[in-house]
Amino acid sequence: MASPLRLCVRRAPVTGPAGLLVEVSLRVPSDLGCVEETVDLVTRHCLAGEAPSSRLRFRLRVVLAEALANAIIAGNGEDPSKWVELRAELTDELVRIHVTDQGPGFDHTAIPAPIRPEDLECCSGRGLFLIRQLADEVRFNEKGNSICMTLRRR
Amino acid sequence: MGVSTVKDPNGVLVIHVDGQLIVGNRHELKAVVQEALDRGERKILVDFSHTGYIDSSGLGALVSISKKVREQGGELRLAGLNEDLRSLFELTKLDTLFAIADTPAQALANF
Repeated sequence: MASPLRLCVRRAPVTGPAGLLVEVSLRVPSDLGCVEETVDLVTRHCLAGEAPSSRLRFRLRVVLAEALANAIIAGNGEDPSKWVELRAELTDELVRIHVTDQGPGFDHTAIPAPIRPEDLECCSGRGLFLIRQLADEVRFNEKGNSICMTLRRR
Repeated sequence: MGVSTVKDPNGVLVIHVDGQLIVGNRHELKAVVQEALDRGERKILVDFSHTGYIDSSGLGALVSISKKVREQGGELRLAGLNEDLRSLFELTKLDTLFAIADTPAQALANF
């Protein structure tokens, strides 16, 4: 059972290099029960007006869910005293999501893609692999506790 | 997520997954399959016709279930995946690990 979700959503129009930029930011408790509701909320804000069945919506939901789960489990160790910070930058051209945990970070280059036949029954790394497949661009900060995922709208 | 089971006239246990199979609830499906195996069920079909989303943990749970069923000498089939979910299996190459049919009826044929 999920704990009550207390999200603070701020929509602050600011001017970025590509023109009008809307930022949505929120703090997510380190509770896996919050992932589904967070994904729903952020997707609704990011893709208002987009067809419910659009491929972009599906890609955004997948990368959000996987990044949040990784941050909560691997980053924060499901420690209820820790939070995951999520920030979305929205322009006419793209959706850019930053997910930052309070963990020590990790070496993302050390996570292999588990797609070789002999690796298929190994269960780790599949979430990050999906993020890399479905986002147009993926970057990490130097510490390795923050992932930035960019999805182009077209 | 809701999980319900129905026994097919030919002895196949059909497990319907309603909603989402994700990190927060994947153990429910694993428990249902484990109980079925403990009861002696050996032919299991998981029907995803009413499943909106499966995350990587859900995929991992299916991999684990597949191994357990195989170790017990049983057979697992999947069916009813929508286009998006099917693409997750294809991206992760798990479509090569599972027997996946378009519909439950197709999966049940010759099971």
